[in-house]
Amino acid sequence: MTRVRHGKIGGNAGPVTVVSLALILVWYLGAVYLNSAQLIDRYQKNDVDWTLSQLALDSWSMERAVLPAPHQVAAELKKSMIDTKVTSKRSLVFHAWVTLSSTLLGFLFGTVLGITLAIGIVTVRTLDQSLMPWIIASQTVPILAIAPMIIVVLGSIGITGLVPKSMISTYLCFFPITVGMVKGLRSPDPILLDLMKTYNGGHSQVLLKLRFPAAIPYLFASLKVGIALSVVGAIVAELPTGAQGGLGARLLVGSYYGQVNMIWAALITASALSALLVSLIGVIQRLAVWRIRGMQPMGVR
Amino acid sequence: MSQGTGNSSTVVDITQLSLAFQTGDGPVHALSDIDLKIRSGEFVTLIGPSGCGKTTLLRVIADLETHSAGEIKVNGVAPEEARLQRSYGYVFQSPALYPWRTVEQNVSLPLEIMGRPKAERRELARHYLELVNLTGFDRKYPWQLSGGMQQRVSIARALSLEAELLLMDEPFGALDEITRDHLNEQLLRLWEKTSKTIVFVTHSIPEAVFLSTRIVVMSPRPGRVIDVIDCNLPTNRVLEVRESPEFLEIAHRVREGLRSGHSYDDD
Repeated sequence: MTRVRHGKIGGNAGPVTVVSLALILVWYLGAVYLNSAQLIDRYQKNDVDWTLSQLALDSWSMERAVLPAPHQVAAELKKSMIDTKVTSKRSLVFHAWVTLSSTLLGFLFGTVLGITLAIGIVTVRTLDQSLMPWIIASQTVPILAIAPMIIVVLGSIGITGLVPKSMISTYLCFFPITVGMVKGLRSPDPILLDLMKTYNGGHSQVLLKLRFPAAIPYLFASLKVGIALSVVGAIVAELPTGAQGGLGARLLVGSYYGQVNMIWAALITASALSALLVSLIGVIQRLAVWRIRGMQPMGVR
Repeated sequence: MSQGTGNSSTVVDITQLSLAFQTGDGPVHALSDIDLKIRSGEFVTLIGPSGCGKTTLLRVIADLETHSAGEIKVNGVAPEEARLQRSYGYVFQSPALYPWRTVEQNVSLPLEIMGRPKAERRELARHYLELVNLTGFDRKYPWQLSGGMQQRVSIARALSLEAELLLMDEPFGALDEITRDHLNEQLLRLWEKTSKTIVFVTHSIPEAVFLSTRIVVMSPRPGRVIDVIDCNLPTNRVLEVRESPEFLEIAHRVREGLRSGHSYDDD
């Protein structure tokens, strides 16, 4: 598994490094620009003579910056991830774990729901006509508005804890999985369906031996979108509930107390988590395609 | 496969068959008043320009299309029943192999659907792969084979159903001429060896004359039968037979038939 990942990263290492360095440079410059107004104000109040280099150094070490410098965020990350015990409520690892568990549970529900809906839509004509508009409508509802209601409603019937939170992830991630899977299940060439007909193959055999294997590449593409949305869903679910744990709770605490570094550290952890999960799906996809198709040179994306 | 009703040696019996597709511009008459009897062991070729309904006729026999008038019996029963009894193997224009299955798994697909045990599936798949000269390729994936080899796999797959009737829809149409000539010879040997009944669709005159015992010449708009030509070239013939006077004479008659069917057409 590691070998596959190394191979993938090795090819991109150069360009990725260049882009990362460019982003960090832009970030440092942005920190100077955004923090300068506050600093110049302070210099003038205290009648300090200042130079541009002084301004830059000061803007990169402010306690409450508008935009903290990368190394400040890195220090905060080190403090809350490595220097703090994992079991502590101050540990980002602990909060990331809370969000991850809700993400994964929601993703699991969403995948099962998405695939089930897709099979229903493809095999039953009335479901195709009756379900699809509702599925699309469900995604036009602002998730921030519906999240507290789902949690309150589920809470009032005695479901609390991880499940209501993960429902928000499910709500977001089943959609791309349904849409991708419907497309995938419908992807076989008509000639292949005709072939099954000449064999007098039943519906379940067509589904199992033709439609499902043909849908696998589509499924993985939507799983990648789905898991990234699941992370977003888990974080959004932590915001309105006053949750004690999770990256969303961490964001909320950071903004209550004006701890900008804390917010940025939580954001970076969240995106790293998403990236990790998406590439994990990518690895599983490679292994699956390798297993079912042999080493096809074109690969399936 | 004799069904007790009618002549047991008649595999396909078509009388006054017509088919019209309903389109936005009104009905399109794809087939009109087709009469055709195909006897057991024959190699019948349907030839005609594109749009003459030769593929449609083959699909009606296979119950992939439904006719709108007339009568058709396959093995003495309606095409649908014949299809449900899996009484024919069908070879499409493209190999139509499943890319995620190996060659052997592709060939044994129909057997899998019929619920045959694994050992038997393997044995039959190997046997038919040998018959199309693909021994040793059973573990390859379709993308690892050339177009001609892929089409041979698809022929082995159609044979693995072990039906007496083989329906082939321009199986070599997409291949280059050298490969096509080679496969024509192989198919002829296969037919002689297995004594199947073959209905073969093509638009190549040399292919039709070389392979067939009978050639059905069709013309378009509406698709109908212009001429039926008996073709009694010697068995065990090889490609060189194409230079013989008998061959050229039959080819000439086919060409005349195709031309007469086309004469009142403006394209």
